Amino acid sequence: MAIVTPMKTPAETSLEGAFARLRDTLPGAAAERRAAFARYAERGLPHRRVEEWKYTDLRAALRDAAPLAERPAAVPAGAPDLGAPRFLIANGHVLSAPASLPAGVTAVSLREALTAGHPALSALGDPLAAGNAAVELNTAFMTDGIILTVESGVTVTEPLHLAFVNEGSQPFATAARVLVMVGGGASVTLLETHQGPAGVAYQPNTMVEIVAGDGARVDHARLNGEGDAAIVLSSLSLRLGRETELTSVNGVFGAALSRHQVFATFAGESAKASINGLALLSRTQHADSTLVVDHAEPGGESRELFRTVVDDEAAGVFQGKIIVRQKAQKTDGRMMSGALLLGEASAMYNKPELEIFADDVACAHGATCGALDEDLLFYLMARGLPKPEAEALLLQAFVGEVVETVSNEAMREVLTGRIESWLKARAAR
Amino acid sequence: MIEIRNLVVEIEGQRILDGLNLTVKDGEVAAIMGPNGSGKSTLSYVVAGREDYEVLDGEVLLNGENILEMAPDERAAAGVFLAFQYPLEIPGVGTMTFLKAAMNAQRRHRGEPELATADFMKRVNNAAEGLGISKDMLKRALNVGFSGGEKKRMEILQMALLQPAFCILDETDSGLDIDALKIVADGVNALRSPDRSFLVITHYQRLLNHIVPDTVHVMAKGRIVKSGGKELALELEANGYADYRNLAA
Ligand SMILES: Nc1ncnc2c1ncn2[C@@H]1O[C@H](COP(=O)(O)OP(=O)(O)OP(=O)(O)O)[C@@H](O)[C@H]1O
Ligand SMILES: [Mg+2]
Repeated sequence: MAIVTPMKTPAETSLEGAFARLRDTLPGAAAERRAAFARYAERGLPHRRVEEWKYTDLRAALRDAAPLAERPAAVPAGAPDLGAPRFLIANGHVLSAPASLPAGVTAVSLREALTAGHPALSALGDPLAAGNAAVELNTAFMTDGIILTVESGVTVTEPLHLAFVNEGSQPFATAARVLVMVGGGASVTLLETHQGPAGVAYQPNTMVEIVAGDGARVDHARLNGEGDAAIVLSSLSLRLGRETELTSVNGVFGAALSRHQVFATFAGESAKASINGLALLSRTQHADSTLVVDHAEPGGESRELFRTVVDDEAAGVFQGKIIVRQKAQKTDGRMMSGALLLGEASAMYNKPELEIFADDVACAHGATCGALDEDLLFYLMARGLPKPEAEALLLQAFVGEVVETVSNEAMREVLTGRIESWLKARAAR
Repeated sequence: MIEIRNLVVEIEGQRILDGLNLTVKDGEVAAIMGPNGSGKSTLSYVVAGREDYEVLDGEVLLNGENILEMAPDERAAAGVFLAFQYPLEIPGVGTMTFLKAAMNAQRRHRGEPELATADFMKRVNNAAEGLGISKDMLKRALNVGFSGGEKKRMEILQMALLQPAFCILDETDSGLDIDALKIVADGVNALRSPDRSFLVITHYQRLLNHIVPDTVHVMAKGRIVKSGGKELALELEANGYADYRNLAA
């Protein structure tokens, strides 16, 4: 029998070399990192013949793996001011933390925690994401990040802003990791923004894990405002306790290629989660939203609403899988992905999936994909709106439905502003 | 005002308008009546500029200028307004946002400055009050969840705000209750003026009791087959279209 050894791509070879060089100098014990890298290396970079990466061929896209970025000397500009206490994470390194944190909130840098030890570290890592290349590579290379803890029963009125800023004129990679432990009955709003330079093919790979205790309330909103040449991997792990309520909204505007993965586990009874997303894509942008929603306990409610606008030769991907375990009776899951294709070469790949092992559940999914409604356009134009303005109004309404699910006003404004400039740029072409 | 000459229109290879001629003078209210499927809505869409139709021949002159090559928004700016037979629901687009966008778009087309918010609000509230349109309706997405009659009233509100020169009302009376019919008719009558013309498409004489037309035209098989004064509508109400179906053949 012939043994087939797949050829390593230059990126895979670089990753291996980088890991061999860095594994003993990165903070914390090397054992976990080695195990994670080994899990990644088993299959290497995922490509289109790997089912979960069918529409986003990372092996083909990542021509080479850029070197891991050093801690920048100066504080890069560009992070939006959301009027909230802000953690600045630059090129994967924590540069600053708020001078004072709201009562009941504590924060420690991941680097410190890994070096000196921290009780929350045992919560790092999501079994639902095991073997996922982006997650394993983040675990293998994670440089720094934040461990945030919200005490049980505390209502944090001020939102907390995690501002990820990237800077550099040559390609570089980042691997930041954030862990948020929300105590039982606590309530917190987390805002995540990501930006970086235009024209540089940098490669951020971030992971945020939110572990929410029983009865906790978490509102999470994220902005992908990365530079136009970036290849961006991001993973969000959500573990929900009993009667936890969580909302997470992701807005995608930036990056040449992005893949946002959400792993949500309903680990306690009667938890509720809304996981939503919007994306406005143009040129040759490629944006992938991949969700795995695992209902492990009964009575859970999950809602997913994704809206994608695709112009030019851009492509959108939505993959959503709802798993309902045998025990998870009375689960109510509803997943909806809609896309508007504006260009003749625009593409959208929708793949909703249900895996149901319980018998008493209500689950539904739907996917739509099409052009703007000609009749609606005519109606608006017949009232005097020029075509670009009529189109913009309809597009704004289409993605606006997702923006409305963001509870934080400052973040809603940032997203609305991004949508408006995207539409203006489109109308000006 | 408007002069339609020998208009020939097809859709998917099927002839719908077959050499239609019609003139509506400045300040005139013309009514069109005709059997279902005779092409009345098609005519209104073609004048407003909907794209699906193939215009094979003819002209539509608005104050002497052929508008057939214009985009719908340009025609609107030139003064054409169509109150749709079936107004569309536009989810996610607030009624006020839409009204403001429409009014300002037309003003820009004409080189006029945009309306100040206070001025805009005043105009909308005044016009809405006259048409019995509630503040709550104005807060909702355009036409979404509106009743059939509410949608028709919203069309007339738009007409009142946009102050067009040539207004086509395509079965604006259908779906209206007796009181609403009166309100809408009053709204239209208030807009009648020597430099504004109307083309009122209807199946029922009842509307024409309220909006008294100067001329009545019978349309059959894509042509105007008979024209007359307001008494023609009464005659149709009594006798039906039997005499005219054959005329077009
Ligand atoms: N998109 C289309 N495709 C094919 N045929 C069409 C289309 N639109 C209209 N028609 C046909 O054109 C003819 C005229 O339709 P139109 O809607 O103009 O009639 P109408 O006079 O307004 O009728 P009604 O009184 O019922 O409103 C009908 O036979 C109709 O079926
Ligand atoms: Mg009709």
